[in-house]
Amino acid sequence: MNKKAVVSVAVVVAIIAALPVLGDNYLMRLGTMFGMYATLALSWNIIGGYAGYPSFATAAFFGLGAYTGALLQGAGVPMPLAWVAACASAALFAALLGLAILHLKGHYFAIASLIVGEVLVEVATSWRSLTGGGMGLNLPVLRMGVEAQSRLFFWSMYTLGVLALLMNWLVARSRLGFGLNCIRQNEDASAMVGINTKRYKVMAFTCSAVLVGGAGAMYASWVYYIEPPDVFDVLTSVKPIVMALLGGAGTVLGPAIGAGVFLVMEEVVWRNFLDVHSAILGILIVALIFLLPNGLLGLAIRRRKAAIVARLPTLAKRRKA
Amino acid sequence: MLYLQVLINGLVLGGLYACIAVGFSLVWGVLNVINILHGSFVILGSYVAYFAYVHLGIHPFYSIILAGAVLFALGYALQLGLINRVVGAPVLTTLVLTFGLDLLLNNAMLVAFSADYRSIQLANPLGRMDLGEVTLPLDRVASMLFALGLTGLLYLLLGRSRIGRAIVAVRMDREAAALMGVRVRRVYAITFGVGAMMAGAAGSLLALIFPISPLNSSEFLGIAFVVCVMGGLGSITGAMIGGLALGVIESFAALFIGPEHGLTIAFTLLILLLMFKPTGIMGRRGYE
Repeated sequence: MNKKAVVSVAVVVAIIAALPVLGDNYLMRLGTMFGMYATLALSWNIIGGYAGYPSFATAAFFGLGAYTGALLQGAGVPMPLAWVAACASAALFAALLGLAILHLKGHYFAIASLIVGEVLVEVATSWRSLTGGGMGLNLPVLRMGVEAQSRLFFWSMYTLGVLALLMNWLVARSRLGFGLNCIRQNEDASAMVGINTKRYKVMAFTCSAVLVGGAGAMYASWVYYIEPPDVFDVLTSVKPIVMALLGGAGTVLGPAIGAGVFLVMEEVVWRNFLDVHSAILGILIVALIFLLPNGLLGLAIRRRKAAIVARLPTLAKRRKA
Repeated sequence: MLYLQVLINGLVLGGLYACIAVGFSLVWGVLNVINILHGSFVILGSYVAYFAYVHLGIHPFYSIILAGAVLFALGYALQLGLINRVVGAPVLTTLVLTFGLDLLLNNAMLVAFSADYRSIQLANPLGRMDLGEVTLPLDRVASMLFALGLTGLLYLLLGRSRIGRAIVAVRMDREAAALMGVRVRRVYAITFGVGAMMAGAAGSLLALIFPISPLNSSEFLGIAFVVCVMGGLGSITGAMIGGLALGVIESFAALFIGPEHGLTIAFTLLILLLMFKPTGIMGRRGYE
């Protein structure tokens, strides 16, 4: 990214951060959701976008983070510490899981990562003494006003989203990002030229989990009550993929843009068509695959390229004259 | 004797699991597409059988044909119209596409049939037969035999018929098959249709055993996953062995650990298998 782009992104980030000025609770809720969605989509982007591994493990990390945060808060740990611990537990889990399943390719990896979430649901449901089982878990109520709470959670979730964006930027510029790009294009060749593919993939998988765990814990503190089917919902794995594809997978900004667009569409659909909202989500996915295969950013880039190509003859003429 | 009974229950369940998984395995093997719709296809087959029984009085064993035909048409159209366009795309694209289609189909079924659990109460059930201390629930045993019979028919179809050989040829080498005059796109559509047909037929057999609701679709999809990975992708005998094995494992797990953990154990097993032996019990083999 050039300097101009960095500055304009920073300005947009700052403007959204000033959202509480408007004092509208509904907007604050949307803003908090945006922070969460952006965190999930940007995190998935590291493993799914750069490395090209179709991970469906987001829900597993999210739920794990939610339960870690909820249990620690229930045991009296201060909320911010519980969030940090949730990040750490998700990252550790991802690193171990990655060592176990990242040798799988394509469909096999997708299924393995999907099933992990299903197993965790069952564990959370069956381990009643710890997690409260299917009854769910209540979190301690915060002693602060409603307004202050909504501000607190908006800024926390939003900070997480900005951190995820920074993480994407850093990864894209680093050796890690370069290596992941190579792995996506041809893993065997990457290994041949000396990229430690296993290490890179495990690092990418861990990166894709750490902030998702934090988002899960914040979500738990935000809604005060969690239950297994809610925090391990398979849609939590699928939505970030759709957002990333919508914006442009494998780009730094794409997933964040996709998260915003997705959130707006979801709000409109939720409010107006409650019975058929998952059908509309399905139609959206199908349309996305056929009409926007490279995402919104991909479309913009292609437009710009096409414009340059269209101008080539005139440029050549000018040079001759 | 208890163990024998549990074993038989497991085999009966496993035969049906094999029938659920075999269509999924075929589509995965030939098209390299994971069909997330498969669970909803099974449920749709169950509904066809349910309504055929309630309104027309057709026994679910006969509505196998009806459900199979409806689902074949649906699958053929979906593949020809939509999935064929992205069949060579990366894994993520086809996965997300079939997931989107599944959301659509499942939501449509929820709206049309509601989430209430329905079940077929046969007017004249076959009852049960006692062999010593072992009891055979005859309707279930008959369903299982039908399921295994259908799986066997598919095996014959792939091995003997012209279209079956074309499917096998496309699986082995798409380009070479195209050069030999096989119309690959049409074969893809037929394959997907056959996969859906098997799901529909399995659904119509399951209608006798499990309560029917769109909410169950992910469970059947999960079963198809596990069976395919256990039996090894791409062989019908693999799916058959994987299905029977899963049924037996699940029914013993229900005995020793508790019935609510059946699927968890299957999933745990799946992850372990993927970690240590991703080619399945039978190893990697095609539809020769």
